Amino acid sequence: MRIVVLTKPVPDPAAAAERLTPDGRLDRAASPAVINGNDEYVLEAALKLSEAHGGEVTLLSMAPPNAVETMRKGLAMGAHRGVLVTDPALTGSDQWSTIQVLVAALGELEYDLVLAGFDTSDGVGGVVGAAVATRLKLPYLSSAARIEPDPDKGTVRVRRISPTGFDVLEAPMPALIVGTQLLGEPRYPSLKGIMAARSKEIVTHSLADLGLDGAAVGGKAARTKVTDQRKPPARGATQVVRGAPEEGAKAIVELLASRRLI
Amino acid sequence: MATAAGTIWVIAETNADGTLAKSSAEVATLARTLAEAAKASAVGIVVAADPKAAAHELAGYVPRVVAIAEPAADGNAWAQVAAQRVAPILASEAPAAVLTGAGPDGRDVAGTLAALLERPVLVNATAVAWDGGPSVEMSAFGGKLITTSAFADGEWGIVTVRPNVVTAEKASAAGKVEARKADGELELPVIKIVDRIEEAAAALPIEEARIIVAGGRGIGGEEGFKLVGEIADALGGAVGATRAAVDSGWIPYAQQIGQTGKIVKPQLYLALGISGAIQHKVGMQTAGTIIGVNRDPDAPIAEFADLVVIGDLFEVGKALLAELGSRG
Ligand SMILES: Cc1cc2nc3c(=O)[nH]c(=O)nc-3n(C[C@H](O)[C@H](O)[C@H](O)COP(=O)(O)OP(=O)(O)OC[C@H]3O[C@@H](n4cnc5c(N)ncnc54)[C@H](O)[C@@H]3O)c2cc1C
Ligand SMILES: Nc1ncnc2c1ncn2[C@@H]1O[C@H](COP(=O)(O)O)[C@@H](O)[C@H]1O
Repeated sequence: MRIVVLTKPVPDPAAAAERLTPDGRLDRAASPAVINGNDEYVLEAALKLSEAHGGEVTLLSMAPPNAVETMRKGLAMGAHRGVLVTDPALTGSDQWSTIQVLVAALGELEYDLVLAGFDTSDGVGGVVGAAVATRLKLPYLSSAARIEPDPDKGTVRVRRISPTGFDVLEAPMPALIVGTQLLGEPRYPSLKGIMAARSKEIVTHSLADLGLDGAAVGGKAARTKVTDQRKPPARGATQVVRGAPEEGAKAIVELLASRRLI
Repeated sequence: MATAAGTIWVIAETNADGTLAKSSAEVATLARTLAEAAKASAVGIVVAADPKAAAHELAGYVPRVVAIAEPAADGNAWAQVAAQRVAPILASEAPAAVLTGAGPDGRDVAGTLAALLERPVLVNATAVAWDGGPSVEMSAFGGKLITTSAFADGEWGIVTVRPNVVTAEKASAAGKVEARKADGELELPVIKIVDRIEEAAAALPIEEARIIVAGGRGIGGEEGFKLVGEIADALGGAVGATRAAVDSGWIPYAQQIGQTGKIVKPQLYLALGISGAIQHKVGMQTAGTIIGVNRDPDAPIAEFADLVVIGDLFEVGKALLAELGSRG
C-alpha cells in the first residue's frame, strides 16, 4: 500500500500565540508550528495500514520552508518520506490555491490512498479533501471512523460517521479519504523513530518544479481577502464560588433564575 | 423574479427521513436576509431521490426552490452526487453567492463545487452580511480572533455557514417549487453505501438543545454520567461531553463538543469536570451562560465562564439536584 497523507503545519493551538499580520495573513513567525491535530489521526491510520499491509507512507505539505521541522515529527512517528511544496509566491494563498498545488504535487506521486484530515485548526475549512478528490476524479470517502482496504480486490471500505450511526462505503483504489478522530489516538514518536527520522528524505518542490505559475496560484492570485480583524468581545467577569457544595449549588440556581433559565 | 446575476443560492441537506435539515433552514433564512439587503433573490436547491418533502419545507424560507430528483442520491454517498447536479445550474446562472452548511455534508458539497466550478470558498462563517458581496465573519484560532473576509473584486464564491449561528425563521409567504429531473452522466465516481450501522441515539440531540449539561474526564466513568443525565433532565437539557470522556468510552462520539465534535450555542452550558481546553472551548464558547464546576481553581474554564464553582462535581451536582428539586 502506498499512502500519501496530507499534513498541514499549523500554529500550535496550545501556544496560543497566533496572530495575523496587518494585511490579514497568518504571522507564521509569531507561533511555533505543529502538525495539524486532525492530520495526526489520519497519519496514525496510515501507519497502521502500512504495518498491516506493507508499503510506504508519504507526507505531503504545502508550507513555508521551516515546515521541514514539523514534517520530521511525522517521519519520527513512522512515515517513510516527506514532500514539501514551498515557494515564496505561496504566501497568502487561499483555499483554491492550496487545492491546485496539492493536486499538482499528487500528480508527481504514486499512491493507493490519499488521506486528509477532517479540518485544520487554523482555517477550519474541511473542504480541501473533497476538492482535491474532485480535481483528480478519485473516489471520495469522508468522515471516516475506520478504513479497511482489501489490497487483493483493490477496494477500500470506510465507516463514515452518519447522523444515526455509520454508513459503510466501498470504493475502488486509488481513493481519497478524509478521516476523523475515531480512527484512534496518534502515537508518540519513539526515541528510535526520532533518530531514524533524521536520515529520512524530504523532497522539496517549488511552484516551477510542479509546472505551476506564481501569478496563477499563491498570494498574487488569491480570490478571497481579509477585510477586517478584531478581538472577540470580552465575556463578563467570572464569578468564583468556593465553600460548601450547597453554597455552590445555590449560586448556580440563583444565576439560572436571574437569567430566566429555570 | 430577479435577474439571474443577482441570485443567492442555498444548497440544502435532508435528514434520513427526507425532511429538511435544521442547518439548511438556518442557511436558507440567512440567504433570504442577504437577498433582501442585496436586492437579489434567494433560491434553494434540493437534490434527493425524492426531494418533495424537503423542497416544500425549504420553500417556507425562500421564494424559489429547485427540486432535483436524483435516484443516485440515495444508497450512495450524497454530497458529490448532489454537487454534480447543482454545478451546471450555478455555472449557467452566474450567482451572487452560494451558501451551504459547514457540517460534514455541507463541506463536502462546498469542496466538490469549488473544484468543479473553479471557485473560491470562504469557510465556517459565524455571520454573513452583504457589502457588494458576502462579507463573511469567521472565528479564527479557536475564537481568539474574529476576521471578516470577502471574495476578491468581481468574484463570486461558496460560503459554508456554521450551524447554530442563524435562527431559522420562515418567510411571510411560501415560495414556489420547481421540479426538475436529473439528466446527464455523473462524471465523478459514485460511492456505494454497502451497509448502514445504527447506533442508539441520545434522547435530545445536542445541536438543538437550549440547555446542555456536559461532562469531562472529571466524571470518571459511565456511572458518573448518570448524574450528568439527572441534572440534564432536571433542567430540561441534553448531555454533552469532552473528547476525553468520549475517548474513554463513557459516552458516544455523537455527544462530543469541540473542534472535532459538534459546535453548539445553547442558552446554558453547565460544564462538570471539564478543564476548558481550547479544542473544547471552540465548540461551546458562544453559549449564552457558561457555568463550570471544577475542583481546580486554575482550570482554563475559570477564564471564560460566567460562574465557576470550585469543588467536587459529585458533591456540588447532588446539592444542585436537591436545590432544583426543592424549587418544585
Ligand atoms: C486535534 C485535536 C482535536 C480535539 N478535539 C476536541 C474536541 O472536539 N472536544 C474536546 O472536548 N476536546 C478535544 N480535544 C482534546 C482537548 O485538547 C482536551 O484534551 C480535552 O478537551 C480535555 O477534556 P476534559 O476537560 O474532560 O479533561 P481534562 O483536561 O483532564 O480536565 C478534567 C477536569 O476535571 C476536573 N476534575 C476532575 N475530577 C473532578 C471532580 N471530582 N470534581 C470537580 N472537578 C474535577 C479537573 O480539575 C480538570 O480540570 C482535541 C485535541 C486535539 C489535539
Ligand atoms: N497546506 C496544506 N498542506 C497539506 N495538506 C493540507 C494543506 N491544507 C489542507 N490540507 C489537508 O486538507 C485537510 C483539510 O484542510 P482545510 O480544508 O483547509 O481545513 C487538512 O486536514 C489536510 O489534511
